[in-house]
Amino acid sequence: MAGVNTVELAVFILFFVVVTALGFGAARWRRAESLMHLDEWGLGGRSFGTWITWFLIGGDIYTAYTFVAVPALVFGAGAAGFFAVPYTVVVYPLIFLVVIRLWSVSHVRGFVTPADFVRSRFDSPTMALLVAVTGIVATMPYIALQLVGIEAVLKTMGVTGELPIIVAFLILAVYTYSSGLRAPALIAFVKDTLIYLTIIVAVIVIPTKLGGWDVVFGAAEEKFDLAGTGGLLLPGTGQLQYATLALGSALALFLYPHSITGALAAKSRGTLQKNMSLLPVYSLALGFIALLGYMAIAAGTTPVDGDGNTVVPALFQQMFPSWFAGVAFAAVGIGALVPAAIMSIAAANLFTRNIYKEYLKKDATPENEAKVAKLASLVVKVGAVAAIIFIDPQFSIDLQLIGGAIILQTLPAVGIGLYTRWLHRGALVAGWTAGMLTALWALYEIPRLGPGGVVVREHFGGSAFSLSELGFDTATTIYAGFLALLVNLVVVVVVTLVLRAMQVDDGVDGTAPNDYTAEREDPSVRDLPDPLASAPGADPQRG
Amino acid sequence: MADQAPPSSRRAADVAPPRSDRNRWNWLLLLPIVLPLLVPLYNRRDPELFGWPFFYWVQLLFVAVGVVTTTLVLRAHQRRKQG
Repeated sequence: MAGVNTVELAVFILFFVVVTALGFGAARWRRAESLMHLDEWGLGGRSFGTWITWFLIGGDIYTAYTFVAVPALVFGAGAAGFFAVPYTVVVYPLIFLVVIRLWSVSHVRGFVTPADFVRSRFDSPTMALLVAVTGIVATMPYIALQLVGIEAVLKTMGVTGELPIIVAFLILAVYTYSSGLRAPALIAFVKDTLIYLTIIVAVIVIPTKLGGWDVVFGAAEEKFDLAGTGGLLLPGTGQLQYATLALGSALALFLYPHSITGALAAKSRGTLQKNMSLLPVYSLALGFIALLGYMAIAAGTTPVDGDGNTVVPALFQQMFPSWFAGVAFAAVGIGALVPAAIMSIAAANLFTRNIYKEYLKKDATPENEAKVAKLASLVVKVGAVAAIIFIDPQFSIDLQLIGGAIILQTLPAVGIGLYTRWLHRGALVAGWTAGMLTALWALYEIPRLGPGGVVVREHFGGSAFSLSELGFDTATTIYAGFLALLVNLVVVVVVTLVLRAMQVDDGVDGTAPNDYTAEREDPSVRDLPDPLASAPGADPQRG
Repeated sequence: MADQAPPSSRRAADVAPPRSDRNRWNWLLLLPIVLPLLVPLYNRRDPELFGWPFFYWVQLLFVAVGVVTTTLVLRAHQRRKQG
């Protein structure tokens, strides 16, 4: 490692200080009566308009890790890494009609988490607990990955050691603790301004310097031909994987608790729908960001210490003057803080509402809840830092891969549940179990292949599951999470038919059909609902 | 089974009026969902545009298709709400 680049580091630190000040200021911004209520702290009072929601959900979905890992994937594998673009094209029309139903029913019934909804809709504390645990388990490594993003930037600037990451996350932890969801909403403005600035400059400057787009694509093709892996186009056997990974990731995205937290904070159904047509602007940016991977190939960029995630920071360092590289690095660094904050809040909400209050302290007051949620969000973040420092970061990447596949298994309860209650609560549990086992088994069976098809690692080597494992005579691969979802759905339907034939009690629906289309103006829609008042099956002393 | 009335003592004035999200325009949303999944149709090099292989520029074009269709459906929902 050469020494530390002081100009880059100075600019980076400057932006970090500004953002920290903003984070603390957020506590006073749009202040409500009391932050000591879970709705206020964890959902920002549920009153974010179109633009704030756009920045918030945008910051939530397009994370620092995305900005670092997607181009790194394109750098290494080519076309297969571009799946992030169809994935973020498919997601918005897919959930355009679904997420507004969740918004409505949550605002009528006072749901803060997806598990709240499942508990009430299916009258099933068991399925709610499974949804909560799945959500927490899937979110934790995601937070850890944000640290991988910051680490890549720090490494490129020549800063090594764990201390800077610990400091960055301490700051994050303290201001999320004091400002709740408003902190990330506010700093997302800064983050996106920096990101867009960086991308626009990069897309104009870098290809021009390199001699044009055809040179960029040409260099990439040459590299893949030489290496014998990857390519500008997908191999025939990789097309199903590409489509199912895009679709599966899109289905999974709004099952993640942090996306739901972001969506529920919107002011109205209209706000959300407007966002579904505005958010693709980020997808366009993502497409260009992905191609930074090819630009790095054409520029002959070599990753720092052989760490693939440093490809984009290293490219910026090579192509930009130091002060502007510093701006770009700040964009990535701050880009990590926004989603990490929202994710830790979402995980904390799940723990507080669906584990603490449900199982540990049934008579928790709103003040109790807010306190526990704040503490839980700290614990989650400390856990993420510890995971990065004490465990190989590769482990977080593996876990995140698993996270995507397992969060998908909550689709029947959370997604389909918004439309019908036909699925039986017992069948949902059975389907979840079957899907989970399939996902873990399939991911376990996937080896990582190096150049020339040599097996580098035996297990958890990616998400492309070979259909030949199932006895098919083909080299075609499919996204493991998608396969697991299919198994899950089949089991849910079959077990539902059996349980309904046996007339097993399916509980009482705690929601009404009109709840799902309620508008903000309706008297039933509340900003600060009392969740206990509408909880179904509440025993007398709780009601 | 049917969606049952809520069990608790919700006042009648507290309940949202019946509405529907159904709308013929919703079918438009299928276009940006299905198009990107038809990988074999666009997994090719030609025609190129500004040096970009078809595979890459067409997927950015899908982003535009997504924006246009969701905006149209949004408009349809807004019209329904007002009128």
